[in-house]
Amino acid sequence: MALFWCSSISFGSAGFEKIQLDSQQREIPLLRTEVRSYMDVQVLIIGGGATGAGLARDLTLRGVQCTLLEQADMNSGASGANHGLLHSGARYVYTDPTTAKECREEAQLLKRLAPHCVEETGGLFVAVAGDDEKYISEFPSLCTQSGIPVHPVDVEEALQLEPSLSDKTIAVYKVEDATVDPFKLTLENIAQAEKLGCNLLRYTKVVGFDISGRRIRSARLLDTRTGEESRLEPDIVVSTAGAWAKEVAALAGILLCTLYCKGSMLVTSQRMSRHVINRLRPPSDGDILVPGGTVSILGTTSLRINSLDRIFPTVEEVDLMIAEGTSMLPALATTRYVRAYAGVRPLVGSHADARDQDVSRGFAIMDHRLDGIDNFVSVTGGKLTTYRLMAEKAADLVCDRLRISAPCPTRTDPLPDTLAGRWTEPGRTAKEWVRNHEPDDALLCDCEMVPTSSIDSIVDAIRNRAGKLDLMQIGQRSRLGKGSCQGTFCAVRLANRMVDFGDLDGESCLEAIKAFQQERWKGQHPILWGKQIAPAELKEGLYCGLLGVEL
Amino acid sequence: MKMGKQTNIMPEGSTSARSGYQLLVIGTGMAGMAAAFFAAQRGISVVQVGRTGGIVFASGLLDLMLVHPIEERILWENPWTAIDAVVHDIPRHPYSKLGRQDIRDSIEEFLAFLRSAGLPYRFSENRNSSVMTPLGTVKNTYGVPETMWGGVETLRSKPPCLLVDFHGLKDFSARQIASVLAGHWQGLRSVRIPFPDPAYRHEVSTGEITARSLAISENMERLAASIKPHLGDARAVGLPAICGMESPQRIVAELSVLIGVPVFEIPTLPVSVPGLRLMQTFERELPRKGGRHLFDSNVLKVSCKTKGDFLADIGNDSPQQSIGAKGIILATGRFLSRGLYADRNRIRETLFDLPVHQPETRASWHRHDFFDPRGHLANRAGLEVDDAFRPLDHSGQPAHKYLFAAGSILAHQDWMRMKCGSGLAIATAYGAVKAFVELNG
Repeated sequence: MALFWCSSISFGSAGFEKIQLDSQQREIPLLRTEVRSYMDVQVLIIGGGATGAGLARDLTLRGVQCTLLEQADMNSGASGANHGLLHSGARYVYTDPTTAKECREEAQLLKRLAPHCVEETGGLFVAVAGDDEKYISEFPSLCTQSGIPVHPVDVEEALQLEPSLSDKTIAVYKVEDATVDPFKLTLENIAQAEKLGCNLLRYTKVVGFDISGRRIRSARLLDTRTGEESRLEPDIVVSTAGAWAKEVAALAGILLCTLYCKGSMLVTSQRMSRHVINRLRPPSDGDILVPGGTVSILGTTSLRINSLDRIFPTVEEVDLMIAEGTSMLPALATTRYVRAYAGVRPLVGSHADARDQDVSRGFAIMDHRLDGIDNFVSVTGGKLTTYRLMAEKAADLVCDRLRISAPCPTRTDPLPDTLAGRWTEPGRTAKEWVRNHEPDDALLCDCEMVPTSSIDSIVDAIRNRAGKLDLMQIGQRSRLGKGSCQGTFCAVRLANRMVDFGDLDGESCLEAIKAFQQERWKGQHPILWGKQIAPAELKEGLYCGLLGVEL
Repeated sequence: MKMGKQTNIMPEGSTSARSGYQLLVIGTGMAGMAAAFFAAQRGISVVQVGRTGGIVFASGLLDLMLVHPIEERILWENPWTAIDAVVHDIPRHPYSKLGRQDIRDSIEEFLAFLRSAGLPYRFSENRNSSVMTPLGTVKNTYGVPETMWGGVETLRSKPPCLLVDFHGLKDFSARQIASVLAGHWQGLRSVRIPFPDPAYRHEVSTGEITARSLAISENMERLAASIKPHLGDARAVGLPAICGMESPQRIVAELSVLIGVPVFEIPTLPVSVPGLRLMQTFERELPRKGGRHLFDSNVLKVSCKTKGDFLADIGNDSPQQSIGAKGIILATGRFLSRGLYADRNRIRETLFDLPVHQPETRASWHRHDFFDPRGHLANRAGLEVDDAFRPLDHSGQPAHKYLFAAGSILAHQDWMRMKCGSGLAIATAYGAVKAFVELNG
């Protein structure tokens, strides 16, 4: 396997194993349904997270024709389940200086080129009594070595800046952390790519490759909703499938040895701080608090997992994060949490015995030539902050292979600000609705003040992509279902509206509501205490007690 | 503190701030209302305290028992044999504390009272009846408000039928209901019309205001006129359950005459007008039976006086009066109505800190799948009681000779999954009152 680019080379080829498959095993199984169409395309990108969307944008800007495949909805993997922290790099100065520098450069680029996706909150690194004095004293020089701006802040002054900080705070440094809206970021990237001719296929997964003469000749695609199969003949296939990279590579007979690491996060009902708050210690559990609009996100945990099935945050993780976070901000012990969520990070170059927070957060671009496939590349690892760099490096490789010489445009061109990601920011719809709403424009979601009109525009946008609608897609593009009623009422309202428009019939509406509630439940069940348990009881009283949808 | 206010909130005709009652009922859900009624009916001097907001969540349907065992999703046609099975299989289920005849008597007395109070219910002898829900699912239940009974009959015989909703009405879609049921019901149609009262043209919510609006003759005539052009071959018309507050069966009958075919109501999501009707009926009738209610206040604290009676501090945020009572029926419900409270580690009873039967750790409170057919263990947490419905203390003895509990706060039941909420509330309230009478001599 050739490593075309590896951001922090901390491993050799031992990290990845190559397996030999005989031709028998490489044979494509018989098609179960009629093959719908053959399409030629230069690059097939598999995986619609930030990296895939960024790569699609980068390549189309360089004039390359792409198709982006996503098995579910955009950002349904780790790109949609993270803090939304735009790292200054300071978190990695100790464990991974290469990643630290990359974060610094990329964060500065994004702040300039995509300001509409970024909130420049600034960040604080906070040590409390009992934290490692040696680490505290080395931190500023480590930052400086990586070129990361860092300023000591007097503890008294820090407590004025952030009154919620613990009175046991002993040291504070200010860095240039910021926050990024990962949904807006991905949607804006894909919006520009589509405008330039990229073909986006959501709810479509690759189910097999047709391989001969060291090349993927065609990819067999399955529409997961209709069951229709189709075939695509790309010149090059790039997997940006994140945690699913291993499965995609396996379809080409290649064994990728990646580790999966689950991280859970907690959302508070109100914003707890102005800045990003980091614990001033080597990266560990529950040591980052990231503000986002009207809420804050506490994270994260780090658990090795073997399977991507049934990923959800647990009660134990929630309690661990609160216990840790409380050291920095005592209010985290008593504040109201509205939901939890979990994402899966694929880690590169890690050894089975390493602590996951110590291993590289760098990324690797793997050219599978040495595995016997000349036109297949996997991009794994990395961080949201460095998504653009990963896309750039992957695009460089693709262009090299296609003999296209075009400079990377995403390093200099601003990311356009379109409407695609308009309604994901907490609190934003409320502001807009209060400012100018028509008398007919009732609130679809009372908790988050989401007006019917904003949902209609999202529905229209999805419909225009000839996509089939479900409630989760709309939930992902809006604040719907994220408020205090936990989606009890707005799910019914939304589903009813889609029945009115003919997007759903009655039965599929029931299924959509059930799926929506189950999805929301994943993030609710570990935080059901205090004020959160009452709305959960109400939800069950209505959906099971009255409506009997569980029967 | 706040002496002026203290006198202000005293209801007219009350004897004194420290007046002694035989029985204090805490809670205003179905169990609290039933307990106050049963007590007043037996000539017990009773006062019922609690805020009434929660009643908007009551659909007005009266479930006795439908699903058992829940993990096998077995639905029972006959609620009484279902109760027998539950009593046999779950010895600690609250129904098991009652004799079969007591359960039947309690429901019969409760329904007879509602009928006499102008809120008649219908039911099929010994069987659950099917009602369409606002999502188009079919709910099987026992007692059905008279105004909804036409829906039961219509659903059974499936004649051509028109379901009606209103522009701007939230949480209720006739089209949704028709779309689900149409597969097995040809001739089921839906139509959306403007709400007859022009004041609510843009946005309509179910609730007391719209229900009262629909009881105005002029609006009823407008409503009928809007529906008639869409009637076609329909032999029945279904409306969301907002047809009036008082005597809704009269409104429904009048609408039936105006439209020319029978009209029936369909239950709604909260705000549920049939729930409000129940509350207002009890609010009106309890004083007529000699009972008293303090519906704008909560019981903040209860202490024991020297001679063994209870003394309850009543008020909103701060105590405004005290009430003495020999016995208490705790019908404060679960988390939503704050009878139970959960912190990160355990579930507590809020007023007396009585021991709560519950899973070992929070990790087993809720399952990973919301609709897991086994239900969530947190929903079976609650108070354990003796055969006289007296909550047990840590030693397993009654916490107090005259402290009783009724309704959903009781442990070892999952009313949401078994569909036994109202029946459980009424029967256990009956049991608690009966035990109080017996113990009181």
